[in-house]
Amino acid sequence: MHELSLVSSVFEVLEEKAREHGAVRITAVVLKVGIMSGAVPDLLESAFETFKKGTVAETARLEIVVVPVKVRCPDCGGEAVRADTDFSCAGCGSRRVEIVEGRELVVERIELET
Amino acid sequence: MTTKTITVVRDLLATNKQAAAAIRTELRARGILCVNLLSSPGSGKTTLLEALAERFRDRFRMAVIEGDIETERDAERIRAKGVPAWQITTGGACHLEARMIGKVLGDVPAAIDLLFIENVGNLVCPASYDLGEALRLVLLSSPEGDDKPAKYPQAFLSADALVLTKSDLLAYLPFDPGRAAAEALAIKPGLRIFTVSALRGDGMDGLAGYLAEALEGLRSGRA
Repeated sequence: MHELSLVSSVFEVLEEKAREHGAVRITAVVLKVGIMSGAVPDLLESAFETFKKGTVAETARLEIVVVPVKVRCPDCGGEAVRADTDFSCAGCGSRRVEIVEGRELVVERIELET
Repeated sequence: MTTKTITVVRDLLATNKQAAAAIRTELRARGILCVNLLSSPGSGKTTLLEALAERFRDRFRMAVIEGDIETERDAERIRAKGVPAWQITTGGACHLEARMIGKVLGDVPAAIDLLFIENVGNLVCPASYDLGEALRLVLLSSPEGDDKPAKYPQAFLSADALVLTKSDLLAYLPFDPGRAAAEALAIKPGLRIFTVSALRGDGMDGLAGYLAEALEGLRSGRA
């Protein structure tokens, strides 16, 4: 349950961006959350609802884009999305793959009113 | 009133990653191998450290940073082995973060070879936080069951080595080390795997050798 700590980082970013753009309020926040990031979208949502009261994002809607695991294979050059925890190459079966997506935890964009 | 969409693309763990990078640089410069231990509560992290303290007594100078929600118990166990230990009590937080390690680092004596960080017992949250370690070890004990890697993939994905602990209980439990290893390797190919009993000493030579080799690698890379 480290989502509270993560959401407090979201609000540091929101406060900073609101100041930078002279926003009166933030109306939407889009997070990209990788399946292998270790963060749970439902818990992020609950924490966001708790945190937002009394902030510049009090009325903001949270959108979470869940990013599946995508692997790139250095042996055959293939890229594929993997649904389970078998992170081998879907093309050639190689195990030397690199995870290129699915571990991110990012404030992607926000909507604000000035 | 105007509505604007702002592209931000800011990593939520950026602050932690920066703190971890600073720790990694400092420890590398000091020639200290830092090892972060992750596992569920009761997998044998402290017992493994006690066994390593015995084994390394005349060979390496060890120090330990202990993370727990409450109590100094683990640090006291380590100190009883003659190894300096610092206890971080998180007061409820489920993981250690890099800046907590940064605060303790100034107290760690210069003449140390191996610095272990025993994370808060939790197979989930600590996986997301880089502490500036050179190696991450995940422990899985035989009573926990061999099906855990696929259930908690982030921890195994982030690890350099898997230590299957409490091998002395394998005779009594339906734990298949081969199955645990295969699941973990599907998640993280190249993961080093050790099966040990810290209490009996079985398999500890392999793990100790791996750590000694990593220390040598760190120091030769630095020179």
